[in-house]
Formats: sequence, structure tokens, C-alpha cells
Amino acid sequence: MNLKKKHRPGETFIQAFLYFCGIFSIFTTIGIVFEIGKEALLFFGSPGVSLWEFLTGTTWQPQVGEFGVLPLVTSTFITTFFAMLIAIPFGLAIAIYLSEYATIKVKNTIKPILEVLAGIPTVVYGYFALSFMTPILRSIFGADVVDIYNTASAGLVMGILILPLITSMSEDALSAVPRSLREAAVGLGATKLETAVKVVFPAAISGIAAAIIVGISRVVGETMIVALAAGAGPKFTFNPFEGAETMTGHIVRISGGDLSYDSIDYNSLFAIGILLFFITLGLNIISQRIVSRFREVGE
Amino acid sequence: MSKPKLKPLFIDNLKLRNANANRWKIFFQVSTYVGIIFLTLLLLNILNQTFGYVAISSKVDPDSLTKEGVSLEQLSKKELITIIQDNVSAGLLRQLQREMPLEEKSQSEVYDIVVEKVFESEVSATWTLADSLMNKVSIRAEAAEKYPKADLVFYSWVKPHLLSNPQSSNPLNAGVRTAIFGSLWIVLITVIVAFPIGVGSAIYLEEYASNTWFNRIIQTNINNLAGVPSIIYGMLGLAIFVRTLEPITSGAIFGSVDPTTANGRTILSAGLTLALLVLPLIIINAREAIKAVPDSIRQASYGVGATRWQTTWSHVIPGALRGILTGTILAISRAMGETAPLVVIGASTYIVFDPNNIFSKFTVLPIQIYQWTTRPQPEFRNLAAGAIIVLMLILLSMNAIAIYIRNKYRKY
Amino acid sequence: MQLPFIYEINIESTEMTLPQNNSLAIEATNLNIYYGTFRAVKDVSLKIPQNKVTALIGPSGCGKSTLIRSFNRMNELVPGSHLKGEILFRGENIYAQTVDPVEVRRKIGMVFQKPNPFPKSIYENVAWGAKLNGFKSELGYPNMDEWVEQCLRKAALWDEVKDKLDQSGLSLSGGQQQRLCIARTIAIQPEIILMDEPASALDPIATLKIEELMRELVEEYTIIVVTHNMHQAARVSDYTAFLTMDEDRSGVLVEYGQTNQIFTNPRDSRTEGYITGRYG
Repeated sequence: MNLKKKHRPGETFIQAFLYFCGIFSIFTTIGIVFEIGKEALLFFGSPGVSLWEFLTGTTWQPQVGEFGVLPLVTSTFITTFFAMLIAIPFGLAIAIYLSEYATIKVKNTIKPILEVLAGIPTVVYGYFALSFMTPILRSIFGADVVDIYNTASAGLVMGILILPLITSMSEDALSAVPRSLREAAVGLGATKLETAVKVVFPAAISGIAAAIIVGISRVVGETMIVALAAGAGPKFTFNPFEGAETMTGHIVRISGGDLSYDSIDYNSLFAIGILLFFITLGLNIISQRIVSRFREVGE
Repeated sequence: MSKPKLKPLFIDNLKLRNANANRWKIFFQVSTYVGIIFLTLLLLNILNQTFGYVAISSKVDPDSLTKEGVSLEQLSKKELITIIQDNVSAGLLRQLQREMPLEEKSQSEVYDIVVEKVFESEVSATWTLADSLMNKVSIRAEAAEKYPKADLVFYSWVKPHLLSNPQSSNPLNAGVRTAIFGSLWIVLITVIVAFPIGVGSAIYLEEYASNTWFNRIIQTNINNLAGVPSIIYGMLGLAIFVRTLEPITSGAIFGSVDPTTANGRTILSAGLTLALLVLPLIIINAREAIKAVPDSIRQASYGVGATRWQTTWSHVIPGALRGILTGTILAISRAMGETAPLVVIGASTYIVFDPNNIFSKFTVLPIQIYQWTTRPQPEFRNLAAGAIIVLMLILLSMNAIAIYIRNKYRKY
Repeated sequence: MQLPFIYEINIESTEMTLPQNNSLAIEATNLNIYYGTFRAVKDVSLKIPQNKVTALIGPSGCGKSTLIRSFNRMNELVPGSHLKGEILFRGENIYAQTVDPVEVRRKIGMVFQKPNPFPKSIYENVAWGAKLNGFKSELGYPNMDEWVEQCLRKAALWDEVKDKLDQSGLSLSGGQQQRLCIARTIAIQPEIILMDEPASALDPIATLKIEELMRELVEEYTIIVVTHNMHQAARVSDYTAFLTMDEDRSGVLVEYGQTNQIFTNPRDSRTEGYITGRYG
């Protein structure tokens, strides 16, 4: 009987292919950092452009050589704020309701509905912002106060967009809290609300924080809603009823037009892109850290 | 003995606490319905924009061309061509014949030309569905006063024409055919590229990779890629596929250049960009599916002398297929709904010809919706609503397929 | 018939008779508890005396946990569970429409099988329930610090934790955690303490401590304890109820009486079979 190792060329070939697939995603990341970074470096290397001016300048006017990213960042911030205004209270309330109050039947009805909401393309949300949310804001606050394109409308609709995300991540965190803790609280004469809010919620707080951070990252990177509803043209303003372009909105508008490669306009988009990439990556890493630390404590 | 044991004082506060509990319960419950309300509003808003009264004015009154009570639509192709020849200028007729001889077109295409070139029908005003249902009388009055020559008709912006017509500058004739073909071509490339690599990557990570730092980096990296905004993938696609690999993606090195483009903004670039975008989703879903295959099955297979790949191929993949396919379909529907990355890599704003190979220019359904929505004329916004319904129906049927697969193939 | 004396019996229990109506803590009548369509407990009637330790014993799955959880309406937390019959506490049916389960649980506290302290400090663990239920520190009454100390002393934990009250309750050993849970329950001043296999997750020494504690607490509180350990039931309880499963897997009460009598002179052959280890 021969127990020697057999040479299996087929297996080796397949293993090599699988290995290639495994590391393929690394190439994607390298591609993002290298290609976008390269163009961004070309931008920062251009005459009259400095990183400091880019990060602190309050005017973005490529025609006159003004490249201050703050107007784009502030409007991104305003839209994110309005998105969270919707997504945090409603998302957490729905999560608490589903995990602590709802019967299985209700859960099985609500969850698919939220999944449908999560599956709708963002361009449809953008349409909704422009044709529904904006008219409503204009009729509430007055058409002279609210511009046709405004950051509030885009932000609020983005809140609806990430509602399913925040709900399902928070609900997972709440459901992961052991039943024995709930029993302990109820056994001490706590009401359902006291159990949910004072015992279960604090025990799930890291998972919920992670959900919110992922939600923020998603909103910061969201494009079509702001492209359709938040307005064209960078504007340094804190007024949510004015139109102002966000980072993503600017990238998509400029690159959608006729743009010559190797121009400073073209390169400047990549500077915004790499900033956006690092902001969202940072948020995602923070959220993952929180979740993994939470897991260690949980076990 | 330590301190004297005193009885503690408890104040009865239960009423207050229960009232509080009830208030918050109502808030939680109402919030839950808010999700449903949002979804309903979203759908109603689209329906509201898709149907409703439209005032259509025409240069030539359609009734004047009707012969002996036979409506225009029922006329034969020959009769319609005669109408065109009688009513348009010689120059326009020559131009039409140059595009494609009228005799070679179908009856309905000829009819469209009659509507577009002879009547020169235009939308003068539109009303929403809610308006049309509730203020019928005042709409009639308004239309009669402002657009005396126009026909007021109850119009549906979703109609067979919307699917069969290419783009047009006249919203009454515009359709999404080129966009649907564009979407299909692009998704085909996306699947061909992303499915094998994604599933291969999942198999590598679940079945082959040991817990080394390098493999942990791969896993973290995939999770991070899943969170990268889609527009960043668009920029990556622009930099790599459209510019660096232009000779390949434009088809130049294959000698198949579309004379109208001759650059890398092609279906191939779009498909590859979306493949990178959905890859992390496919990997994550496939890994979950592979993880769910119980270890006992692998051990049984090894126990009868199978190699690792034989085990994977004959036991793990069949067991995980259901989950892998469902995950892939969800990833495809994500790709079908993506807009931003395709705008960035350069979708065409106006094409009337169907794409016929992977080096063609492209547009897709969501981009069509985006462009129509940004038009200032309200009728284009109605058209966009019609296109949204088409898009949502496509996505809905893909999800239905996913659910069907999930239920059909039994789980371990 | 007299059984060989194999159990160490709680001395006090030999002197007593069946509980009298005037000193009852809980009186259950014709209790049937269902999970969906499954009947987990069938026709149980039971009179539990005040200031005594009553043990519920029986093979696993006989419904003893379900029964003890029904005494403070904890079983309601399981979706699909419902109950027929009545449970009188101070002469009032706790399942009546007008009764608030929160109030019931505050008067009838519970200690669980696995120690489940809150992920808060030791101090907070004890103070939380009391604060919730309207604890007030006024002249002539203990303030919170004193009350926490008192409860920890009663739970025989004070000496071990007095220097680290601000540390997490989870940092304690299993036995200490369980005594913390007992202190937490005492802190809301219940009249009855239900214990659902309180020592099953603990080592023998920690178990012994909990048993000693039960004997001390019984001077102030009524204790009902579920245990699968018959030696423990014999050692700590005054009364013992033996439950088992009938043909359709519902829990039924077979025999109830003084612990001494149940363990030395069972009237039912099933009880005898169980405590002599022949089945169960």
C-alpha cells in the first residue's frame, strides 16, 4: 500500500485560483488608494494649491483658483445632521419596539417592509426628496424661506434611507442582550420601559453606537439624493434651507459634465474623493472597533 | 451588632411609572409605523406623478386626419406614410428616409413619427393624480382657458411605448429601451466578473485560509470595502478602466471602436466598475452561506478519502448554493440601482441606438431617471416617475426570484 | 413503610403539620399553565406557608420552574403562555384583571438559576431596584448607603465586598454574584423570595453558603425554592412538594407535605421511587 503524497496538479491549480480571488479585494483597495491618491497628489502639486488652503479655505471656485473644501464639508455635515435627526430617534424607537415589545407576527411584518425600504435605489429617494419633501418643507416654512434645492430636504430623506440600516443593526445589538438580564430587571419590579431603557439599552450601547456611526458613514458617502435635491454649486452656508453642494454632489456634477483629463478641475475631484474615502473609512473602522470590543465584553 | 436595622421607606410611584411606560410604548409603536408610512408616501408620490391629466397641444388636429371614423392608430402603414408625405417638409422627409426608410419601419414606429413630426404634439401642462381625481372641474376650466387648442387627456406615463421607444427630446415619445438594454449588458459583465471571483474568494477564506495575519487583513479589508461609498468606486473606474485601460475598454486593440466614442466610457468599463462595487457584497453573502454548511458534512467527505477541493465542490458548494445565489441576486439588484458611479465614469446623456457590444456607449435606467428628474420641464419629471415604476418592477421581480430560490432549495 | 434514613433532614420540619389557612403566603388553586397548546402544569393546588422554606422537587421537565415562575407572573414573559386557575397572595388573585404584574413582582421577588447581576457596580446592583420602586431616604429611615449595606449584610456578602462597592458586579465569583442577586432582591423589600435552582450553577462550598443564607432569611421572608438536588431540598426546606410528568408530559403535583414526611415516609409510590433514585 502506498501512502505517499500524491501530486495533484488540478488541486494546485484550483488552489492558486482561489488564492488569487482571495487577495483580489486587496488589489481593489490598493487601486483606490493609489489611483485616487495619485490624482489627488497631482492636484496638491499644482501651482497655487496647498493642503492647508484646501482644508481651511471657505471658497471653492476652481475658475478663479480657489480650492477651499470647507463649503462642501459643511453642507455634507448639515445633510448628515438632518439625516440623523430622522434616523436616530425613529431608528432606535423601532429597534426597541421590535426587540422588546413586538410579537413575532408584528416583527415578521415590519422587517420585510424595512428591507424593501433598504432595497430602493437611491435615485428614487432623490426623486422623492425633490418632488415630495421639498414641497412639504416649502409649504411649512414658506417658499420664500426654503429654496427649491436645499440641504434640509436631502438630509431628511437620507434619514429615511438609512432608517432600515440603523434599525436592523440596533435591533441585533438589543436582541443580543441575554434574556437573564431582562428577567433580573422584571423580577425586581421594573416596568417594560424601565427594563428596555435602563437595562437592555445600556447593555447594547456599543452595538447601537456602531450602528449610528455606520449610518453616518453611509450618509456622508451618499450621492444621488444630494445630487438631485441639495442644489448645485458650492456655498459656504449653515442655513439648511439654502441650496449647497456636498462633497459627493460636487464630484458627481462635475464629472458628469464635459471634463478634460489632466486639468486641475479633474484632479481636484480626486482630492475631494480621497478626503471622502478617508472620512468614511475612519468611521467604518471606529464602528468595527466598537463592535469587536463589545463582543469581547459580551463573552 | 452593627447598626440598628431600620425598615426602609418606599413611596408608591407605580401609577406614575406605568403612565410613563404607556406613553413611551405608544411612541415606540408609532415610530414603527413611521417606517411603513415613509414607504407608502414614497410609492404614492411616484404614482401621483405617473398618472394624471395632461394638456397636449398639436399643430395639426389629429381629428382632421381621421378617415371615415377609423382612428389613426388603426390605419395601415401605407396610409400613415402617405399622411407623413403630405404633411412634412421635403427636407425633413429626406432626413427621415435617410435614418431608415419608412417602408422598413413597423406600423407603430411610423405612427410615432406621425405623432411627433406631423402633429408636433407637445405637453402644455400636467397635473398630478391627486389633483386630477379631486379637482377635475377646475382643471378642465384652467386648461380650457390657458390652452384652448390643447386636448386634455387622462395620461399614464407608464405605457408600452415607454419600454419600446428609445430616448427622445419629446417626453410623449421618450422611452427607456436603450437604458434597459444598457442595464442588462452592464449587469451581465458585472456578474461574469464578480460572481466567480466573489465566490472563489469566499471559498478561499472559509475553506482554505488559515488564521494568519494576512488572511485577517483580507477579511478586514473586505468589510471596509463594503462600506466605501459607491461614488469612490466610480472614481476608481474612471481612473483605471476609462483612462489607464482605455485601449482595452474602448475596444481599440480589438479593432472594434465605436466611431462615435473612441474613448473608454463604455459598457465594459461600467460593468467592471460595478463588479468591483458588488464584489464585497457577494463575498460576504457567500461566506455566510458557506459557514452555514455543517462541519459534519466536510468530515464525512474527508472520511471517505475526498480531497479538499472534492469536498468543497461536491458538498460545500451544493450546500451553500442557495445562499450564494440569493446573495448574488441581491448584489445584482444593487448594481441595477446604482447611479453615481456610472455618472462619474461617464454615462452618455443621450443615445437613441441600442448598445450592440461591450464597447458601446451606454446609459442605464437609474441614469435616465436622474437626467429626466433634473430637467426643468415638469413633464420630464412625470416621465421619470414612469421610469421609476419600470425600475422598481424590475428590482421587485429580481427580489421575488431571490425569495423563490431561498424557498425552493432546502437548507441544511 | 419507613424509608432508610439516607437524607439529612432539616430538623425543624419534623415538628410541623400541613400549613394552616391563617398563615399562608401563597395559595394556588386548580392551576393549569399552557405554552401555546401544550399544558406544562396540570391542576396543581398548593398552599404555601409564610416564613417557611418550601421546596419544589421533581424530574426535569416536570413543570416546577414553570410553576415557580407563575407565582410572580414571570411566565408571562414567554410568548404564547397563559394560565387558568388562581393564585392567591394575601387573599388576592394575582392574575385578576385589576392586578399590576409589576406590583406583584415587587412583592414577590425572584433569584434565578444563573447569577445575573447587572453590568453595573455592586452598589448600583443593590440600589437600582430600590430606587426604581420609590425608595426614599428620610429622617428615621435608612438612607441608600445604609440600606445597601444592610441588604449586603443580610445576604452575607458585606464583608467580602465592602471595600469594592464601585467595582462591577460581574467581577465577583459565581457564588458571590448569586448572593449579590439575593441582596438585590431583598433591597426591594419583598414578602416572598422565589429561588429557581439558585445553586445549580455553583460549586459545593458556594452552594452551602446559599443554603445557610436561606435558613437565615426565612425568619423575615417566605422562601420558595426549586431544586433538582434532593439533598438540598431535604437540608433546607420545611415543606416539600413533589411534581412529576403524567402521560401527556404535563406537570402534576404528586405529593405535598412536611419535608420530613416526604423524605422518610412518602405516601405515593412515585415519590418513593424518585427519592430513592429508582426513577426520575
